[in-house]
Formats: sequence, C-alpha cells, structure tokens
Amino acid sequence: MISIKNLHASIGDKEILRGINLEVKAGEVHAIMGPNGSGKSTLSSVLAGREDYNVTEGEVTFNGKNLLELSPEDRAREGLFLAFQYPVEIPGVSNVNFLRTAVNEIRKYHGQEEMPAKDFLALVKEKSKLVELDAKLASRSVNEGFSGGEKKRNEIFQMAMLNPKLAILDETDSGLDIDALRIVATGVNKLKSKDNATIVITHYQRLLDYIVPDFVHILYKGRIVKSGGKELALEMEAKGYDEIKAQFERIES
Amino acid sequence: MIETKSNITQTLLDQLQENAPKVDFMPDTEIISAIRYLEEKGIPNNKHEDYKYCNLEAVLRKEFKSVEQSFNELTNADIAPLKLDEAINLVVVNGNYNEALSEKMIVKGLTVKSLNELSASEKILLSSQAKSDTDALIALNAAFTGNGLFLKIETGNIIPMPLHVIYVNSGSSNIVSNTRSFIHIGASADVTLVESFFNIGTGKVFSNFVSEKFVGENAKLTCHTFQNEGALSYSVNTNQVKINKYSNYSNTTMTLSGELVRNNHNVVLADSNCEAHLNGLFISNGTQQIDNHTLIDHQMPHCESNELYKGIAKDKSIGTFNGKIFVRKDAQKTNAYQSSKNILMSDDAIINTKPQLEIYADDVKCSHGTSTGKIDTEALFYLKARGIGEESARKLLLQAFAQELIDKIEIPSLQERVLHLFEKAL
Repeated sequence: MISIKNLHASIGDKEILRGINLEVKAGEVHAIMGPNGSGKSTLSSVLAGREDYNVTEGEVTFNGKNLLELSPEDRAREGLFLAFQYPVEIPGVSNVNFLRTAVNEIRKYHGQEEMPAKDFLALVKEKSKLVELDAKLASRSVNEGFSGGEKKRNEIFQMAMLNPKLAILDETDSGLDIDALRIVATGVNKLKSKDNATIVITHYQRLLDYIVPDFVHILYKGRIVKSGGKELALEMEAKGYDEIKAQFERIES
Repeated sequence: MIETKSNITQTLLDQLQENAPKVDFMPDTEIISAIRYLEEKGIPNNKHEDYKYCNLEAVLRKEFKSVEQSFNELTNADIAPLKLDEAINLVVVNGNYNEALSEKMIVKGLTVKSLNELSASEKILLSSQAKSDTDALIALNAAFTGNGLFLKIETGNIIPMPLHVIYVNSGSSNIVSNTRSFIHIGASADVTLVESFFNIGTGKVFSNFVSEKFVGENAKLTCHTFQNEGALSYSVNTNQVKINKYSNYSNTTMTLSGELVRNNHNVVLADSNCEAHLNGLFISNGTQQIDNHTLIDHQMPHCESNELYKGIAKDKSIGTFNGKIFVRKDAQKTNAYQSSKNILMSDDAIINTKPQLEIYADDVKCSHGTSTGKIDTEALFYLKARGIGEESARKLLLQAFAQELIDKIEIPSLQERVLHLFEKAL
C-alpha cells in the first residue's frame, strides 16, 4: 500500500523527520504514537502534501506511484485520506456541495462519469448514519459552528464518502468525549476492509482500545525508535515515554 | 506648452459645449452656474480627499483628450440581449430616454417619461438632491445632461414586477455621456428596481451618471445596480437618495466589468424610523479600478443603516471602499453598521478601505469592520486534500465569499446573469 523509506523533512531550517521507515500493507492498521513534538503531525502533513514542509531525503511509494511527486489533490484522488487534527471551517461552502465536488473530481480523475444526484444523496444519507451525523449538518457550511466532536465525526463522514485506500487519522481522538470517541471509532472500524489500510496517529492509547492496531510504532525526535504489536501501546500507556526518551538519548550521545 | 490642471477641464468643456444637448427641464441659470463651478473647481484629481485613489483628471487627460460625441443609434436587436425576462424593460441610450425601445405596459400607479416631459410641479423636484454647486461631477451632468428618465410610483401602489432600466452607451469613438434619472416613490408604494449599465459601442465612454431617488413615507424601494460596461468604459455613478419616515431603501451594486467604476452612493435618512441597506460586490482584473464611496447621513432618531461591501481584486487591479457615516445630533437611537471585506488575488493588486464615522449623538450603536487578505490557504489545502483541484478549490472559496451578496439578488434571471459573469471573471 504505502512504503516510506528514509524520509527526512524540515520546516525552515529545522529538520523534523529524520529518517522514517514504514511499510503498510492492505488490510493493516498501524498506530503511530509518540510524545509531543516527535513529528507525528509532520509525518501526516508531509504524506498529505502540505506545502509548508520540505522533503530533503527519502522516498514514499503509494500503490506503485511516487507519492511525493503528486499534488495534494492527486494524492487524495489516488486514495489517500487525511483526517485532520484541526478540521478547517469554510463558511459559505456547504458540506454537500464540497463533497459532491470532491467525489466528482475524484471520479473524473479515474475516467468515470459524474455521480447522479440521486445516488449521491442516497450515499450521503447512508454514510452520515455511520457516524451518527445529523442530516442537517450536511447542508450546513463545512465545519462552521460544529462542535469539536461534530468536526471529527464530519472527518470520518468524509472518509466514508470518499472511500480511500489509505486513511491517516491525525489525533482524531483529541478533544473527544468518550461517547464521541466510540462513535468515531465504530465508524472507522466499519470502513475497514482487506483492501484498505489505516494509520492512526495518537498521543494516547485510549483510541486504540476501540481501533485495534496490528502494529504500533513509537516516534521520537523524527524517527521510529520502537515497533511492536498492540501490546506496545499498553506498555507505553503504563510506563510513559520517559524510558524511550532516556534510551534514545543514550544512543544519541 | 504643458497642460495645466484647469486646462484639462476647460478642454473638455469646450468640446462638450460644441454640441451640447438641448433639454427643456434644466434652467439656463443652473447650466451657467454648473459650468462656472466646474471652471473653478475642475474635474477632481488625487489631491482631492474623496478622489485620492481615483484620479479622474488623469483619466480624462490620458483617455479623453479629444471627445467626438459620435453617438450610435440603437435598435431593438441591440437591446434584446440586455433585457431581463421577468421585468418591464426601460431603455436610456446615451443619456436619453428612448420610448421606442422601451416596453410599454400599463401598470397602475406607474409613470414613466422623459425629463423633458415633466410638468412644472415635477420640475421643481429635480436637482433638489443632486446639487451642482456641491460636486464637480454633478455639475458636469447638470451642464450637459441628456433627456433622461423620470419614473414615479404613485402613493400606495405596489408594482407587481421589477422595473429594469437599461442605461446603455454606444459611440464609434470617444464619447462623454451624461445620463440623469429621477426616481420618485410615493408614500406607501413598493417597487423593485434594477438599473443596468452597459457600453456596446466601439469607442471609449466616459459615463457620468446622476440619479436622484426619493422614497416617500412608509414606502419601499429595493434596488439592484448591475454594472458590466466593459474595458472601454470609465464611469462615475452618483446616487443621491433621500428616504423618509418608516421607509425602507436597499441597494445591491454588482460590478463585473469596467476599466474605471466610481460609485458615489449617498443616502440621507431624513426622518425617523427608516432604514437603508447598501451592499456591493466587485471582482476586478487587469488594470481595472473599482471605487465605492458611500455616505449615510442619519439625521433623525430610530433609524438603521447596514452596509456590506466585498471585493476580489486580481492582477494589477485596484479596489477602494470609502464609507462615511454621519449621525447627527438629533439622530438618537441610531443603529449603523458597516463592513468591508476584500480578497487580494495577486501581489500587484491593491485594496484601499476607509471607514469614516462622525457621530454627534450620544445614544447610538455604530460599528464598522474591514478585512483584506489573501485567499485562506488552510481552507484551500483542506479542499485539495479531499481531491478538489487547485482551480475548483479557489472557485469554491471565492464563490462562498461572494454568495451572501449574490443571494441578495431576488430576481432569478439577474442572479443568473451575475453568477455567470462572476464565474467567468474568477
């Protein structure tokens, strides 16, 4: 699905990713954990194509294509989806109009006809149920005046509508109460299949009780310093990141 | 010889006087004093505070050194594409009301005629709001006005369909067109008015439009101004509006083309409990200059005014909003709001905004806000991250920015016309 090799990225003079290696296959769920400032959000931004970051070294192959050469919109059209940590409010653009444009631009990219309005609306209805999103929210402006929980549910709703091959959930659990967390996680789990993959980026283990990962990676100072199974997340939760930090500092010096 | 400032005005006056139109409604004394005023003050340049960003003298010097007044006659075929389906279409060509091209419809309470046909009592109303000893452009219009349009709604009449006045200029070389209209809305009358501005000739046009609008007690006038005059047009549009007790006046100005468009929209709230709503949207490109000046004069208590102006400036274009609000001593309990929002689409585009509030009453609510910035890059990235291409994403965001103004156009075919041109200009 996606293969990241020796990825280095910086913002300004500051190098944030310092050689990431990661291989994600179809049907897998990977969790990336790490303390604040370890580079988790930078990794998701670089993969989605945010222009603030410079990739200085390394390569990323996504379904056989050089991901780093693609524009953000082409990455999305190829099936990459980033659920934003801070979804953007866009006053004046209705959720429905936004999604219809997105769905049809993606279809056009693949040489498909526009989706008939009737089918589109049926899809909206079906997928909004998945995350228990009020149908009224679909006609409102994108994220405008949404609560934190509604914004995150809206991200998963969009994910359901666009049906990506690889979804990257960037701190999707932040700012969610336990009920919203359960709804979001249930939505993600229902969308899981043997043909798609998920990368869950999180600070806390909590979300991983609901979205159970096949692999857990610990990111520290721009590198993956430890990988393991789902039990690694529990271990981190119990011990905190201090041990990892200390271990890493020893190696560095 | 180096041309001096006053010589530019003088050259223009000399050329216009050679073939000045003959009109009956404008007294000779008024014409003479208007010319004197012009000779003394000159066409304003950027040293004039109100024309700081709109140097009309320079425009005349550069583009209208010679004025030929080679006006074209127009036919029904020329006008047909400018009409609106749902409206009664009235036509003013090169400053003169053209009855033959206008649609004839008998509507109770509606009077439409040329200014030359005014009765003695109606003539007195003229120039009561647009005074030629206060403004050089009004003076220029008074001195050389064509036989413009008089429109009156009698007391208590509700006009069931919109009235659409098509102001169209057409010349085969440089022309200066002075168009005038007088709109009188009687007490408790209600009408929707569209004023559209076009230039369909092959020559350059300096269009100097003056409209006086009077809204009677408890009356409602809903106006839409549609400006699409094209690259050969330089226009100044002055609206002198006076509204009375319990009345409601609104105007939405859509500026979609024109090399220079200067709008002076001046509203006097002359009695208590009335409200005025001024809105504007422009999109400019190339070297266009769009300049909206508003003046809201709250004279009496318990009145409300709202202003919302938005602009999108591309390429090397310049957009200006200057909004003045007076709240006079007697205008207690005034609510006055003003907002100007702009998007700069290039590093070379310029936006000037200047709110001016002068408040002499002590129990009022007034606020103004202005913002100018580039397109929201976070929003742009968010849209792109969902597979929407750069161009579509920009369009979505700019349309969203303009939507609340486009929504104010209640006439479907006009809204469609605006939307189409707006999308084309994006």
